Amino acid sequence: MQKHTISLLVDNEPGVLARVAGLFSGRGFNIESLCVAETLDATVSRITLVTRGEDDAVAEQIKKQLNKLINVIKLYDLTGTGNVEREMALIKVNAVEDHRAEILRIVDIFRCKVVDVSPTHYTIEVTGTADKLGAILSLLKPMGIKEIARTGTIALRREKKM
Amino acid sequence: MKTLTGAQIIVAALKEECVETIFGFPGGVVIDLFDEIGRSDIQTILVRHEQGAVHAADGYARAKSTVGVCLVTSGPGATNTVTGLASAYMDSIPVVCLTGQVPTGLIGNDAFQEVDIVGITRPCTKHNYLVKRTSDLARVLKEAFHVARSGRPGPVLVDLPKDVIQGSAKYEPLPECRMPSYNPTYEPNMRQLSQAVKLIKEAKRPVVFSGGGVILSGPVASTELIKFAKKLNAPVTSSLMGLGSFPGTDPLWLGMLGMHGTYRANMAIGDCDLLIGIGVRFDDRVTGKVDTFAPHAKIIHIDIDPTSISKNIPVTIPIVSDCRRALEKLNELLDKDKVKVTKKQRQSWLSQIEAWKSTTPLRYEQKKDGGIKPQYVVERLYALTEGKAIITTEVGQNQMWAAQYYHFDRPNSWITSGGLGCMGFGLPAAIGAQIACPDRLVVDVAGDGSIQMNIQELATAVQYKVPVKVVILNNRYLGMVRQWQELFYKKRYVMTDMSHAPNFSKLAEAYGAVGLKATKPEEVDAVLKEGLSNPGTVIMDFWVDREEGVYPMVPAGKSLTEMLLV
Repeated sequence: MQKHTISLLVDNEPGVLARVAGLFSGRGFNIESLCVAETLDATVSRITLVTRGEDDAVAEQIKKQLNKLINVIKLYDLTGTGNVEREMALIKVNAVEDHRAEILRIVDIFRCKVVDVSPTHYTIEVTGTADKLGAILSLLKPMGIKEIARTGTIALRREKKM
Repeated sequence: MKTLTGAQIIVAALKEECVETIFGFPGGVVIDLFDEIGRSDIQTILVRHEQGAVHAADGYARAKSTVGVCLVTSGPGATNTVTGLASAYMDSIPVVCLTGQVPTGLIGNDAFQEVDIVGITRPCTKHNYLVKRTSDLARVLKEAFHVARSGRPGPVLVDLPKDVIQGSAKYEPLPECRMPSYNPTYEPNMRQLSQAVKLIKEAKRPVVFSGGGVILSGPVASTELIKFAKKLNAPVTSSLMGLGSFPGTDPLWLGMLGMHGTYRANMAIGDCDLLIGIGVRFDDRVTGKVDTFAPHAKIIHIDIDPTSISKNIPVTIPIVSDCRRALEKLNELLDKDKVKVTKKQRQSWLSQIEAWKSTTPLRYEQKKDGGIKPQYVVERLYALTEGKAIITTEVGQNQMWAAQYYHFDRPNSWITSGGLGCMGFGLPAAIGAQIACPDRLVVDVAGDGSIQMNIQELATAVQYKVPVKVVILNNRYLGMVRQWQELFYKKRYVMTDMSHAPNFSKLAEAYGAVGLKATKPEEVDAVLKEGLSNPGTVIMDFWVDREEGVYPMVPAGKSLTEMLLV
């Protein structure tokens, strides 16, 4: 199942997200992640969603159906290497005496930030590709992760290099 | 710039769109709007159930090639439109449905007769709107009509809160609307077209397959289709929705294809080397088993909706375009290359089709002393109306027999719920079609089951003196399901026996219509003649052979060429 990162510019109106989400549920497509926020133009929002299609025909159909929604202004398929993808997570990890130094080393290696500290926990902010998030999570897991909040992927196409 | 109330703006906007007729049912939150419409010259038709309002607007839109309009109240009024909207959506019919809504301040409070109709109808409308400000009304209505009629048409719902209707705003008629995010493609890509022409020239056994898109594209599309087929001497088949796009009496006509298509149409699909689909979406009732559909054919697919292309069937040459434009261009290109295939050049293919036709035509046997065959009723209806009536149908066997035995020579004469397959469609749709075309004869071919789903609209027909004729093929069964039970469920007729039904001719009289009944073959002509010539609303109740089936039949999941023939 090929992963597709699709970026949509949509009218910033109530109900538009419901149209996109309803299209996926109604037609049996999967949404792996979804991010929505306003763009510089307050009347336009950007939705970045990650989906998987069984084959190219399904992915093609998903894109056509999205394009058909009246509120979708523009659709970009950002699948492949020509784009920058980022995801963010807040990870609340158990920080008992024995592990505190190790956790900070991991934070350092992954260039993360500790955004909240308590006698028993660190909350770590990490940004990167889905792979990087997966890697740090697997390193922190043995210490005991109490809670996690993850954004979906956001992405932009790379500009041409000079 | 004048200041008008919301209701006045709505009426002005409807007049701008040249709306002549509204089908509706009033209620608390829309009284102001009804009051304003009552002061205008827009014709209002009070239906007896909101589902009937949408089907009537649908029938009106199809018969007249325009946008049908209906207006209902909030809550139950709105939810009752859902089936009608879903049917119009599946068949791509331009309908604008105005629903009342509780005042904006009450939305979300579970107010009396409140329902989130925009949420409910999102998947069964082309687009929908909740208007929050009176000053938005003019723009939203302009967009609603534009979206409904342009591109691949479809129903649009506009939800109107009571305070928006009662409020006031400045109004002036808007110019054509601009919607940056909505730009249907009308013009075909020339490179794709020339590739199509190349395949067309090479084809030895072409089949043209036309659908509802040709009819929606306007009568010129049909004219171009006829030119196209004649130029190539290519046989033509249609989906259920496409009937009438090519003359049903033309020698190149194959009949309908699909689950209940003709033997020759389905065999031709199995054998053709080029299939040219125009304004079709390769629905499962057409393709049968997808893997074995048109196995030897390259496929050219013309449709205005990109999502229709390569959705079910992979195609060789996709052409996103309005059907009329694509056909015009194709004809131009073929003329430029002086392509003209004579009957003689097409001889072997045409004679193969003729052989299929003569060995296995559509058939039934009407015995003199037997029960009435439903096919016989439709055939006599065809003969006595000289093929000139507008035919609407309910859904099931009645619909298939009408499709098989009434031959349509022109578009906009066949009005049926194809995609949704919505029982109860035919009577209200006939009323809409008759109001759209007062000079034509409009006949609803019905079954005894489905006619009961919107029988209340008889009152509408009688009240407004709408002289629709209803032909009930009464087998006292839910016949299509019974047929499946007979064939695939060892004749266990669970919940399909409808022996307990009203006396339809007396029921017609109770509504103030005319009721006639025939139980023997020799009575069929007399009843049809009497009923069709009566100037009023008429129900003709034909007691037909109970266990007659619709054939050919491609069982679900089988290939088109694996037809059951009797």
